[in-house]
Amino acid sequence: MTTDLTRPDVGKTTRTRLRTEGLQVGYDDELVVGADGGLDLDVVEGTVTAVIGPNGCGKSTLLRAMARLLAPRHGHVLLDGQRIDRMPSKQVATVLGVLPQDPVAPEGLVVADLVARGRHPHQRWFRQWSPDDEAVVTEALAWTGTSEFADRPLETLSGGQRQRVWISMALAQGTDVLLLDEPTTFLDLAHQVDVLDLVERLHRERGRTVVMVLHDLNLAARYADRLVAMHDGRIACSGAPADVLTEQTMRDVFGLEAKIVEDPVSGTPLVLPVGRRQRERDDSDS
Amino acid sequence: MREAGVLTTARRGFRAGPVTGVWRTRAVLVAVVTAVLLVLVAAVNLGRGDFPIPVTEVVRILLGGGDPADAYIVTELRLPRTLTGAFVGAALGLSGALTQAVVRNPLASPDILGVTDGASLFAVASVVLAGGAGVSGLAVSPVGTPIAALAGGLVAAALVYVLAYRQGLDGFRLLLVGIAVSSAAVSLTTYLLVSANVQQAGQVLTWLRGSLASRSWENVVPAGLVLAVGLPLAIVLAFRLAALELGDEAARGLGVRVDRARAGVVGVAVVLAAVATACAGPIRFVALVVPQIMLRLSGGSRPPLVGSALGGALLVVAADLVARTVLGEAVPVGVVTVVVGAPYLLYLLVRRTRRRTV
Repeated sequence: MTTDLTRPDVGKTTRTRLRTEGLQVGYDDELVVGADGGLDLDVVEGTVTAVIGPNGCGKSTLLRAMARLLAPRHGHVLLDGQRIDRMPSKQVATVLGVLPQDPVAPEGLVVADLVARGRHPHQRWFRQWSPDDEAVVTEALAWTGTSEFADRPLETLSGGQRQRVWISMALAQGTDVLLLDEPTTFLDLAHQVDVLDLVERLHRERGRTVVMVLHDLNLAARYADRLVAMHDGRIACSGAPADVLTEQTMRDVFGLEAKIVEDPVSGTPLVLPVGRRQRERDDSDS
Repeated sequence: MREAGVLTTARRGFRAGPVTGVWRTRAVLVAVVTAVLLVLVAAVNLGRGDFPIPVTEVVRILLGGGDPADAYIVTELRLPRTLTGAFVGAALGLSGALTQAVVRNPLASPDILGVTDGASLFAVASVVLAGGAGVSGLAVSPVGTPIAALAGGLVAAALVYVLAYRQGLDGFRLLLVGIAVSSAAVSLTTYLLVSANVQQAGQVLTWLRGSLASRSWENVVPAGLVLAVGLPLAIVLAFRLAALELGDEAARGLGVRVDRARAGVVGVAVVLAAVATACAGPIRFVALVVPQIMLRLSGGSRPPLVGSALGGALLVVAADLVARTVLGEAVPVGVVTVVVGAPYLLYLLVRRTRRRTV
């Protein structure tokens, strides 16, 4: 099977790739997502969707359910119209890739080997390596600028470099749809931008459909076509960043007083939180 | 456009008919050297005894020549002992490599998963309880104790598995439950030993130390069989280990059915260790120490399977040689592996604790 990393035809349609219908997900006795009748979400081909929301709102849980890492209590996830839990897991893995939050590689694993693991869904136990695999892995490394680390154990790299390697692995998997669970956590601002630039290129140059959970609202507004704001396990609002990031949403979803201005760099909304200190100063001024 | 390959000199792709894969020069080299050492040590071991036979003569006999009287001593009297040692060691090494890879913890081994102590408990019970009921002749026969040991190992492992299972199998919980079940088996074994008569206790104690003494072809065959089935099976399962070692979520993302794959690997590891224990008694620490040593020698991210099997065989045969040469014929091989293994376990614990605290 040849895997072409470039998909020029992708991105010009409005086909739904991933959909949740009446989704309810939880741990033990508690429903974390969709407690009020289930959560419906459509992810359209060739878009970048960022799921935002306060801690504990269920955004990571939603992403994990969409990636079939968690089984829903009710409702289901559809990948290209097919129920994901009824498809062979390996077949799903050729279409949908997932980068878990804070993944851990075993000590001693070198970068090239980790990226090669991305080819797992395309392999069988007796056919573990092909020239195709090698070409894809080589290109995935080059594409994220990690070729120079190919022979180095992962634990010798910095956090930002490591995250680039994990993205290479997801790229080597060659899936149309990519789910990223907080890909920028634990990274400093420069590396956050670095990783999101990679995601942006994946989307633009490779036509990948991306869903990611992000904490930083301003970066989410810059890099996503569509924001999904979650609150208490349901979707509070979704749409273009300018429609979602409003002073009202900030108050309702995050419980935060904020001013929204235009980002002078990108023209997207920029959230400026108003803390108590500013409020008190305003009050004393007036 | 194709850039320079990521396969370096340390890592080469191979193709053999429809089978393709990747091999590492260093790991293959380590395996070959271990195999050569194994043959050498085995030949020396075969030559030793009340009637010494030079190594060159041993090799000649193994190749089908040599003096008929010497050949009888080597192939009928001594070969079963060495072969049992090699097969049992290989099964234990492989079992340990599988367990450590799937649990992602260098302290994991079938010893800790309850197999060894469960096997010991059942073996002791077969002698002591059956003896008390007046059918000792039947139960202590060479067939009775190994079968009881096999059953004990499997039952204990199944118990650990069931108790540790809670919406999936967590490696750490598996270890904790395994330690608890093992401790329970050990106390029951002690109780049985205390309540047994002196003759029974003496008989059982030799078995409990892990001994290769007076092994016949009857012992070689089951150990050889389980290895002949277990090794290919392990190599097939190893493909999923490559994904599993990235963690449950990443493995699921790569399309691996994690719980099923892990149950398969643990199952093979348990059967290997249980049969090995049934054949030679509990030879401790081989399954724990060998995979870690082979990992450090071979490089890579998880213990090599074939390398660990070869290393396990080498360690047990070498321990047998040391026991017989240095300590005298009566010392069971298990004593030597404990002497080697215990300090190594301490070293591992200290090293891990240090890393945690830094």
